[in-house]
Amino acid sequence: MKNDLLFDFNVDKAAKTVFITREFDAGLSLVWYAFTKQEILDQWAAPAPMRRKTKYMDFKVGGRRFYAMISPDGQERWLLQKYTSITPKTNFKLYNTFADKDENPELPGSEWDYSFSEENGITKVHITIFNESIERMEKLTEGFRVGFTLMLKNLDDLFAASSQN
Amino acid sequence: MFDKMKQDIFQAIADPTRRAILTLIALQALTPNTMAEKFDMSRQAVSKHIKVLHECDLIKPEHLGREIYYHFNAKKMQEFDHWLAQFRQSWETQFNQLDKVLATIKAQKNEK
Repeated sequence: MKNDLLFDFNVDKAAKTVFITREFDAGLSLVWYAFTKQEILDQWAAPAPMRRKTKYMDFKVGGRRFYAMISPDGQERWLLQKYTSITPKTNFKLYNTFADKDENPELPGSEWDYSFSEENGITKVHITIFNESIERMEKLTEGFRVGFTLMLKNLDDLFAASSQN
Repeated sequence: MFDKMKQDIFQAIADPTRRAILTLIALQALTPNTMAEKFDMSRQAVSKHIKVLHECDLIKPEHLGREIYYHFNAKKMQEFDHWLAQFRQSWETQFNQLDKVLATIKAQKNEK
């Protein structure tokens, strides 16, 4: 695995926007697949030891994805995403909100924009997250923060779990 | 305690006037009256902003004679940046997981 893959993370606090850029050592088709297919997403898109469980995912414009972030002690935080724009292997946009377990969204939410491009077998992904409210931005990170704290405590477990994937 | 403060600190820096106040007192400690003058605001309005900034520990008062000077508390801002760094870390963790998933899929394809 290459270690010189770009990872860029910026937060514009005033604009309530998070900018993330990451390169992956794989072709565009495969990376697009990993970001848009439920089975693959659930394998990586939660920082261990947090888990992700997708109830359904309908990847088309107007389609929705309903999923939960699950903490090691079994607490579930449900999220509802609606795909607002899809340009295959180039870009997709979604609107993300927290929700209760009955799919009722907790507004306001955030707008996510994913862009993909490939050069010399390396695929670059740009993610922009615009939050309608600062409180929302703070909530967005809540689950991750818990995950991070636990991760530090369980680094060995994390590495063991990841290498099995 | 940090959770409570964290929310306050987001609120505090979301406001453009409060960001301007922070920028100003990062250079030099100021009294509420001086702030009111510099921002052409009422003393009451300034007091509200000071209250928010003080509650989340972004500024610290210092009593000099009859005046109160407010200082910028750089340490608090670092704590906030530290928290953002954790958010960054969570993304890094996920992407590292994705690296492994991608490598596995590529390996499986080559086997076929």
